[in-house]
Amino acid sequence: MSHTILSWAMVFAQICLVLAMALAALRMARGPRAQDRVLALDTLYVNSMLLLMVFGIRTGKVIYFEASLVIGMLGFVATVALAKFLMRGEVIE
Amino acid sequence: MILVLLVCLPFVGSLAAVVLLRTDSRVLAARMAGAVTFVALVLTAVLYPSVRDGGKVRLDLEWLPQLGLNVTLRMDGFAWLFAMLVTGIGFLVVLYARYYMSEEDPVPRFFSFLLAFMGSMLGIVLSGNIILLSVFWELTSIFSFLLISYWHNNAAARDGARMALTITGIGGFCLLAGLLVLGHIVGSYDLDVVLASGDLIKAHPLYLTALVLILIGALTKSAQVPFHFWLPNAMAAPTPVSAYLHSATMVKAGVFLLVRFWPALSGTYEWFMLVGIAGISTLILGAYFAMFQQDLKGLLAYSTISHLGLITTLLSLGSPLAAVAAIFHMMNHATFKASLFMAAGIIDHETGTRDMRRLSGLLKYLPITGTLAMVASAAMAGVPLLNGFISKEMFFAEAVETHADSVLDRILPYVATLAGAFSVAYSLRFIHMVFFGPPPTDLPKPKPHEPPHWMRFPIEFLVLACLVVGIIPSLSIGPFLHSAVISVLGDRTPEYSLAIWHGINTPLIMSLIALVGGAALYVVMKDYLAKCDNGPPLFRHLGGQRIFERVLVTVSWKWARWLESNLGTRHLQPQLRLVAAAGFLAGAVSLYLAGFSPKPLAFKDVDPIFAAVWAIGAFCALGAAYQAKYHRLAALVLLGGAGITTCITFVWLSAPDLAITQLVVEIVTTVLLLLGLRWLPKRSEKVDNSVSFSARSRRFRDFLLAISCGFGMFLFSYAIMTQPVPDAIASYFLDKAYSEGGGRNVVNVILVDFRGFDTMGEIAVLAIVALTVFALLRRFRPAPDSIEKPEQQRIQNAFDAERPERSAGDTVRDYLLVPSVIMQWMFPVIATFAVYLFLRGHDLPGGGFAAGITMAIAFLLQYLAGGVRWAEDRLRILPLRWMGFGLIMAAATGMGAWLLGYPFLTTHSQYIEVPFIGKVPAASALLFDLGVFSLVVGATVLILIALAHQSVRMHRVRGLDAPKAEEN
Repeated sequence: MSHTILSWAMVFAQICLVLAMALAALRMARGPRAQDRVLALDTLYVNSMLLLMVFGIRTGKVIYFEASLVIGMLGFVATVALAKFLMRGEVIE
Repeated sequence: MILVLLVCLPFVGSLAAVVLLRTDSRVLAARMAGAVTFVALVLTAVLYPSVRDGGKVRLDLEWLPQLGLNVTLRMDGFAWLFAMLVTGIGFLVVLYARYYMSEEDPVPRFFSFLLAFMGSMLGIVLSGNIILLSVFWELTSIFSFLLISYWHNNAAARDGARMALTITGIGGFCLLAGLLVLGHIVGSYDLDVVLASGDLIKAHPLYLTALVLILIGALTKSAQVPFHFWLPNAMAAPTPVSAYLHSATMVKAGVFLLVRFWPALSGTYEWFMLVGIAGISTLILGAYFAMFQQDLKGLLAYSTISHLGLITTLLSLGSPLAAVAAIFHMMNHATFKASLFMAAGIIDHETGTRDMRRLSGLLKYLPITGTLAMVASAAMAGVPLLNGFISKEMFFAEAVETHADSVLDRILPYVATLAGAFSVAYSLRFIHMVFFGPPPTDLPKPKPHEPPHWMRFPIEFLVLACLVVGIIPSLSIGPFLHSAVISVLGDRTPEYSLAIWHGINTPLIMSLIALVGGAALYVVMKDYLAKCDNGPPLFRHLGGQRIFERVLVTVSWKWARWLESNLGTRHLQPQLRLVAAAGFLAGAVSLYLAGFSPKPLAFKDVDPIFAAVWAIGAFCALGAAYQAKYHRLAALVLLGGAGITTCITFVWLSAPDLAITQLVVEIVTTVLLLLGLRWLPKRSEKVDNSVSFSARSRRFRDFLLAISCGFGMFLFSYAIMTQPVPDAIASYFLDKAYSEGGGRNVVNVILVDFRGFDTMGEIAVLAIVALTVFALLRRFRPAPDSIEKPEQQRIQNAFDAERPERSAGDTVRDYLLVPSVIMQWMFPVIATFAVYLFLRGHDLPGGGFAAGITMAIAFLLQYLAGGVRWAEDRLRILPLRWMGFGLIMAAATGMGAWLLGYPFLTTHSQYIEVPFIGKVPAASALLFDLGVFSLVVGATVLILIALAHQSVRMHRVRGLDAPKAEEN
């Protein structure tokens, strides 16, 4: 029983996450402001991280969490660089 | 073994002269060179007993026996005689050069080239493999080039060197081709085999091809007509070089080759005609030109050409007696011509000029040198009791004989006598004009005097040799000549006599006519010669040199320009279009020829989530392409989206380590592109937006090309991925990764173990790329509109400047207060993560590459947080050290296997128990991976820093430009 619940929950989670990713991608393409695009990219990163987590739970393999760890720890670097670029016009002064 | 030593010793000496003797002392280099040549001379001399009477010394070192390429050295009587010549005259020339070279010249360089040349020349002489011979042949051309251009600030030296290299280089190329054909005919590149199969060669249909190619090689080297003109131009070299290379040894290499292959190639009608025409025309033209030279060395150069022509003529005849005379004359010519060159060098050294119109009456000032030069000239003219006389008599005797009845053969006696008369005339002129007559009036150095004794010693020695050989030939040179002749001719060795007096016969009469006629010719022409311009009448403005220059200009300038303007382009777009189109065609055509037919698309077992992720990725990629031209930032963001979906794909398809690597690369790429974005020019609003028809069609064409390439790749990948995986090398790696590589992460084991050598090459390439980027960015000049500070910074700085309580940079510091603290704290965390990735790489996803980039991101964050100055005040990052350490580490790990007797990059693996951490894999591949890690950190950081430093640099450039703008 719990297995069924879990598998349905995972399907639901995946659908939601993919939907979120699609919306983020849409925002990335449409803008209208550059800040919106950067924020959308960050959202896409976070959603991807979660999608990978769900994938790991579904397959039951720990090895896939590695990639989520990398996104969680390093994914913000791209966002920070983009934000700095918007704020100062260059990434490293 | 002595042979190897003999060939290697000069090269070792040459390297030593360059590398070790970086002193200003000219004596030290000269002493070293003298010692090396003397040892070589002794080594050669002690080999004599084993080559006497047809003996041979041979040494085989196998290199590529499958292809017949071996390092074979052999010495027979002829090679011995030539090696004695090379080392003996080499020693005398070194002694002479010790005094000749001036204090200002870089002397170690001179001796280094000279020794290297001697090594190459010995290589030619001792090669037992004809391909090896051609390698040394090329080396002599190259060192001759370097020696002629020794005074490279002199235009004549540069031109002469280039001409010599071009001519002898073309010859060397033809020689190689000819020797390859010869090897093909015989079926072996071994010299002994080639020499033994003369009949086979001469009967083969390719004989003429091989002959012509080899002859071009030999005739260019020996400066035979029509390739003779490089030799007089090579006289811009220092005189020791002229004496050594351009009279005694290198130009003799051509005739040496003719003698060497004489048993295999000569005796046919083609040989006689080709070699004979070249030899006879060189003999007579060289002697004729020599008479009209005003430059001492020019006269000697043309005389050398003429004497080489004499030797060539003798070899063309195909009779054994003529070959004996040729070998003998090679030795005689080397002795008297080298001494004459050295005498000319002394005259130049003491008076400051070599122009015969300005020299006269020097006998009073240089009595000993003058006497020596007179004896040597007499030998050159063929006066009895000197060595030149004997070989010239032999030549005359052969000229009279009928060999292959033809016009050429019948005119030979007359041509020989005429050339003899010319040579008497120019020898007489050399002596009379320089040493006799009134005292000189306008010398650059007014008071000439005798040079130091040891500078004159080589001339004394050589002149003594001329006399001894001339008076008692059979007691002095006789036995050595005999060994040489036997080694070349074998059973065909004729009866010959080296006596001076053969009774009154035709050759003697011809000699007398030449002597008297030459003297008379000089007396008649004396007044004209004393004043005339340089060069012979009629031919003065017509020469091989002019034709050569014309051809060179046409080929290397006009044709090259034409090709560049018609086939080349400097625009990026056409180049990219061509590359893409060629790539597409190459793929499409080869697939079509292989009978490729695309499968119908079939949708089954599709994971809807995965499909949706892909749809998002495709959407992002399309968006990025669409926005790339005008909205770079948007395109970059969308690119990030496409990248992350790729990473998800890798995870989905069970390649977690690819995903990790791709993720870190994705992040670094985004930052790199952003760094570059800052310097791109802004969009120009003024550009005319009306699109012409041609622009429209061009865009349409490019679009079509892009679609076909993309669609082609899609079909291709689809076809491959729907195939069942064949049982190829992948399963081998899966099986062996743990048992032989000691790791469970197969990808990593492949990278650092099975394919370690590839990885080694790849990290070297990465290092080169990083250095290139760094070097290119040092000279970077951005577009004028992006030099200024970005708008945001100007606004924020103005805000700071308006308020007295704020100092410059406060705004950004306030904005970044919280993020920068977090970023600084992340540094140890990310560094630990990098170590973690690195250590577990051998068994689980990770490895040196991913860890290296992660570490680079840690550094990058510090730059982001505080800026270049802040980061570099606190962190000393030396990317070059990291890269160097990485390369050395990787190479040293590989070489470590040698110490244990295994091939390069053999690895060993085991587990070590470490307290608190537990079992840690400790394969030697881990050390290799450490090298990869270190290099990746260094290279990535180097590129990032080089880009980041641009804003600091531009700040300085702006500061420099500001005062200039005010001046304007």
